[in-house]
Amino acid sequence: MEDVKKLEEFQAKIDSEIKIEPKDWMPEDYRKHLQRQISQHAHSEVIGMQPEGNWISRAPSLRAKVVLLAKIQDEAGHGQYLYSAAETLGKSRDEYIADLQSGKAKYSSIFNYPTLTWADMGAVGWLVDGAAIVNQVSLQRTSYGPYSRAMIRICKEESFHQRQGYEIMATMAKGTPEQKAMAQDALNRFWWPSIMMFGPHDSDSPNTGNAVKWKIKRETNDELRQKFIDKTVGQAEVIGLTIPDPALKWNEEKGSYDFGEMNWDEFWNVVKGNGPCNKQRLNHHKKAHKEGIWVREAAIAYAKKQKEKQLVA
Amino acid sequence: MSNTDNQGDVWEVFIQSKPGLPHKHAGSVHATDKEMALQNARDMYTRRQEGTCLWVVPLNAIVSSMPEENESFFDPSDDKIYRHPTHYVMPDGAKHI
Repeated sequence: MEDVKKLEEFQAKIDSEIKIEPKDWMPEDYRKHLQRQISQHAHSEVIGMQPEGNWISRAPSLRAKVVLLAKIQDEAGHGQYLYSAAETLGKSRDEYIADLQSGKAKYSSIFNYPTLTWADMGAVGWLVDGAAIVNQVSLQRTSYGPYSRAMIRICKEESFHQRQGYEIMATMAKGTPEQKAMAQDALNRFWWPSIMMFGPHDSDSPNTGNAVKWKIKRETNDELRQKFIDKTVGQAEVIGLTIPDPALKWNEEKGSYDFGEMNWDEFWNVVKGNGPCNKQRLNHHKKAHKEGIWVREAAIAYAKKQKEKQLVA
Repeated sequence: MSNTDNQGDVWEVFIQSKPGLPHKHAGSVHATDKEMALQNARDMYTRRQEGTCLWVVPLNAIVSSMPEENESFFDPSDDKIYRHPTHYVMPDGAKHI
């Protein structure tokens, strides 16, 4: 009985756009949904450093290298902001990381694709970060206060990422025929995985119902995907590259693009762990985590020693 | 994970964005001591000239009021409208007050 009343009050707050804060009462499913969504978002930022880290030592110029390093450092920061937000839901960072490493928690499937050429750094920044921005701009208005604040901070930083990626694509697209072909190839490989980043169609999306009612999600997967496509088609035209979708066509009546169907068998296959790089990404994370144990142990030992010194003095 | 292998304690981070402004909550970091907390806060929250001063505070040192106490805690100020300047009637023609 008490819970019914609490639930009504909770929904009334959501309906009148009052943010939910960590100490407020919330339905257990709301908490669980946020723990899952925010931690997956955090894991994606952290795992997302790997495909880009692959190119640090081979960046074609010093400028490209410092930009790439700064971008990867940002991704690490974004992961931290999100873990911080996730921790306010009463689950520790250690538990979240353990869930990632055991495979219980997922991260965005896009990072299970390899980055084969330098043009892929362009495609990742332009398309992957571009898709992430569309999603994150929408999430700035999410109902959970700490998540919303993390999104606002991230969005401020993210637009540099997309612009640097698009600059790489634009430069290669007006380079030699081989360079242009390399840029087109990167677009061909990253287009479909990028638009699948928004997740399954609304009709097949198991997590949408309550998430919309509780305003965790402000727009549905299909709405966000449409926004991204409408923004991106023109950008491809400007630099003379072709989006690899023969069904892509402006629809005057609805004022947006029609596009072809995505390969959902591939999508679910990668989600289930069978993408080209799933094993490699997770193994690398575990290895780095393990190799850092001595650093964490040393830091704790040092802090303990300092505390003891203080007590003596 | 053992007790000797974790991410350290949580420290809340506050940034003053320029001299004269109050410090504002930005988020949190993990660290095992105060120097590390300050350095992590710098690396995480001031990569783009966001601040002129940083505070880090151990999470367990912060005392917070609780939402369920909000009524008894904050409502008493509701009926004290005489604390607001608009409560007072000024004579016609009075200026600069």
